Amino acid sequence: MESKEKYRVPVSQKPHVVEKPRDINTIGGTVTIEINEKKVSVPMGTTILEACRENQIHIPTLCHHDDLCVAGVCRVCVVEVEGMRTLQASCTFPITAPVKIHTSTPMVRKARRHIIDLLLSEHYGECYSCFRNQNCELQKLAKEYGVDQYNFGHLEKPRYETDRSSASVIRDMNKCILCKRCVRTCIDLQEVGVLEAINRGHETHIGTFFDKPLSDVICINCGQCINRCPTAALRANDPSDELWEAIENPKKHVVIQTAPSPRAGIGEEFGLEPGHSMTGELNTALRRIGFDRVFDTNFTADLTIMEEGTELLNRLKKAVLLGDESVKLPQFTSCSPGWVKFIEHFYPEFLGYLSTAKSPQQMFGAVIKTFYAKESGIDPADIVSVALMPCSAKKFECNRPEMRASGYKDVDYGLTTRELAQMIKEAGIYLPEMPKSHFDEPFGDASGAGLIFGATGGVMEAALRTVYELVTGREVPFKNLNIVPCRGFEGIKQASVMLEGCKDEYSFLEGIELKFIVAHGTANAKKVMEMLRKGELKDVHFVEIMACPGGCLGGGGQPIPTSEEIRKKRAEAIYAEDESLSLRKSHENPYVKYIYENFLTEGPCSELSHHLLHTHYQKRGKFIA
Amino acid sequence: MLVLEKNSLTEEVESLVEFYGTERSALLPILQAVQRKHKYVSDFVQQEIARLLDIHPVEVYSVVSFYAFLHSEPQGRNIVRLCQTIACDLAGKEAVARAVERELGITFGQTTKDKRITLEYANCLGMCDQGPAMIVNDRVYTHLTPEKAINILNEIK
Ligand code: SF4
Ligand code: SF4
Ligand code: SF4
Ligand code: FES
Repeated sequence: MESKEKYRVPVSQKPHVVEKPRDINTIGGTVTIEINEKKVSVPMGTTILEACRENQIHIPTLCHHDDLCVAGVCRVCVVEVEGMRTLQASCTFPITAPVKIHTSTPMVRKARRHIIDLLLSEHYGECYSCFRNQNCELQKLAKEYGVDQYNFGHLEKPRYETDRSSASVIRDMNKCILCKRCVRTCIDLQEVGVLEAINRGHETHIGTFFDKPLSDVICINCGQCINRCPTAALRANDPSDELWEAIENPKKHVVIQTAPSPRAGIGEEFGLEPGHSMTGELNTALRRIGFDRVFDTNFTADLTIMEEGTELLNRLKKAVLLGDESVKLPQFTSCSPGWVKFIEHFYPEFLGYLSTAKSPQQMFGAVIKTFYAKESGIDPADIVSVALMPCSAKKFECNRPEMRASGYKDVDYGLTTRELAQMIKEAGIYLPEMPKSHFDEPFGDASGAGLIFGATGGVMEAALRTVYELVTGREVPFKNLNIVPCRGFEGIKQASVMLEGCKDEYSFLEGIELKFIVAHGTANAKKVMEMLRKGELKDVHFVEIMACPGGCLGGGGQPIPTSEEIRKKRAEAIYAEDESLSLRKSHENPYVKYIYENFLTEGPCSELSHHLLHTHYQKRGKFIA
Repeated sequence: MLVLEKNSLTEEVESLVEFYGTERSALLPILQAVQRKHKYVSDFVQQEIARLLDIHPVEVYSVVSFYAFLHSEPQGRNIVRLCQTIACDLAGKEAVARAVERELGITFGQTTKDKRITLEYANCLGMCDQGPAMIVNDRVYTHLTPEKAINILNEIK
C-alpha cells in the first residue's frame, strides 16, 4: 500500500524532490548559495523559490500553490542558475550544491514577460466583467510586468462554452491558463479525481471524463478547486441576482442564517488580516442590505448535536445493551455535504454508518418554514430562506429533491462568503465599520459548541461536550471544556474519553472508552473508509469527517486565497469566539430546550424530528454513465 | 450495453491487468492492447481500467485523448492514416489526399458508412525520404501516388 500511495499523483506532476535533512546541523545539512550576489545558507533540498522567499526576494509564481505538490508547468518562476544552459524553474529546483542564482537579469525578465504574453494570447476575458477583478494572479502578474499591449495577440472570441451544469461549480475554460492547480487539488488533495488535462498541444484544456458536464461526473462540489484557481476559470454558482430581487420584493420575507466560518473569513474580503470574526458587524450589514431576519446557524448546529448525539447513544444502546450486531458503528457525521456526496459515490455500501441527521443548514431550513412560519404567522410560501455558508456544496445540498420537509424548498439559496461580500460592497457598505448587533429572536442565541462546527474536530468536540454530560451528568473532563485532542490540522486524529460514573439510564456505558476519529479533506476520509473496510474501526464509536482541508473554515466558498496559515488564523478566531461565550454546550441552549418543549415535543430522534431533521441518502456509485 | 458484453469486456481488462500489472506504467500497454483489438477504448473499458489500476477514470481519458493513436469513440474496422508533415507534403501528399477522399466519399476524420475505413491524418511517420507515406492499421506504404493509394484502399476488407 505504501509504495502504491506514492504514485497516486501522476509521476509527471511530482518532479524531482530532495528531502530536507531532519537535523540541519548535521554535516552537509546546509548549503551556502549565492542569490543575487548575496551569500545565504539554506537546508539541503530547499527549492530556489523557498530560499528566495525566505530572503525577501519576490519570484512570481502561477502553478505553484503551498497546499499542492510542485508541478513546474507555468515557468513564470524562472531564474538564472550559473553554469546551466537554460533558465530553471525555481519552484522545482532543489538546492543540493553551492549554486549561484540570479533572479532579475534581462534574460529572466524577458522570459517571464514572454510567458505572460503567451498566456494572455490564449486568455479570453475582460477584467472589468470578471469576478476575480483585483483578486486575480494572472492580472496581478500582467501588472507586475508592465504589460501594456498584447505582444502575441489576444483572443477575440471564446473557445469554449461555459459549463453551468453544476449547482455548485461553474467552469469557464476560456479563462484557464492550464496551471493544473485544480487537477492537483481534485486528484491529490481531495482524491476525487474529476479533472485532468484533456487532448494535447493547442487543444489542451482541463476537462472531465469524456468532457461530460460537471453535474454528470462524480464531482462532490467541494469547491476546493475554486479556492486554488489563480484566475476566474472556476467559480461558484452565484445566486445573488435572484436574491436581490427577493429582497426588493415587498411580499417576500427574506431570512438569512449565517454559519460561523464565513463570519471568521469575510473580513479578508475587506482587506483585513485573516482571523477576525465579524459576527456582530455582519448582522448589522445584513439588516442594512434588507434581510428581514438574521439568524445564527449555530442554533441548528446545537440541534444537530442533540439529534446526532441521541442517535449515537441509541446506536450504542442497541449495540452494547441489547447486543445487536447489525448496528452500524462507528457513526459518521453527516453535516458536510461534500463528504456526504463523496461517500454516496465512493463508498455507497457504507451509507448505513452515516448519521441520518441533516446538516445544520437544512435543519434550519426545515425549522424556518414550519415552526418559525407558524410562530410568526407568515405563510411559508412567502419566506425566502438563505444560508450564508463557507461552502459551495451547500448549493447542491439545498437543491436535493429530498430537502423539502416543510413542503417547500427548505433552503432557497446557498450563498458563499465571497458572494455575500460582493453584495455588501454593492450596497455601499464597508463591513469593518459597521456597529455590532445581535441576531434576531427566536433563534438569537447559540452555544459555542455550535460555533466550533466551523473547524475540523469541532463537531466531535461539540458532540462530546453534550454526550458526555448526558451520560454522566458531569462536564467533560477537559480544562475550560476545550477538548484539545479534537483540535489542530493533523489529517487524521484519534482520541478517546473514558465514561465513568454514568447515570442509571446509561449504566450500560459504564467503563467504556468512547473512541473517536476526526478527519478532514476527502483524501483523509478515504483513508478512514479503507480502515473501516478492513475492519480496523471495530472499537471506534464516532467519526467526524469534513470534506474540506481545515474543515468548513477552509470551504470552497471562502475568500481566496487559501493556505494553511490562513486556515489556522480562521480557526483561532472561531475558538476564541467560543471561549468568549458563556453558553458553550448545545444541550444548554435555551432555544433548543424551547423547541423541544413546544414543537418537537417527543424529543430528539422522534417521529416528527425524523421527518424534519433527518434525511436519507442515495447510493450513487462511481460509474459514470 | 448488454450485461453479457460488459462482463466479457471486464474479463478482458482483468486479464490484461494480470499480464501487465497494476502499476501506473501498465496503463499504456493495456490501452494499446484494447485499441488493437477493438479499434477504440470505450468509456466503460476506460472506467474498468481505472478501477483495476486504482486510478481515476479521468486520468485514463486524459491519456487516451493525448495520444493520436488511441481513440475513445468507435472507429472503422481499418484505420488509414496519411502523413501530413512537411516532407510528405512536398512530395505530393495533397493529390493523394484528394484522391483518397474522392474514392471513399468521406473527408479526413470520418468513417465510411459501412464502417470499413476510418480516414485520418498522422504526423511524421518517419518515412520522410520515401514520401508520401500512409499507414494502414500497422502497415506502412511509401512512395504513394493517387492510383497506388486507391489500389491499396480497394484491397482492404
Ligand atoms: S481571469 Fe483575471 S486576467 Fe482574466 S479576465 Fe478575469 S481578472 Fe482579468
Ligand atoms: S468541486 Fe471538488 S470534487 Fe468537484 S472538481 Fe472541484 S475539487 Fe474536484
Ligand atoms: S481551471 Fe484554474 S486551476 Fe485549473 S488549470 Fe485552469 S487556471 Fe489552473
Ligand atoms: S510556479 Fe514554478 S513553474 Fe509554475
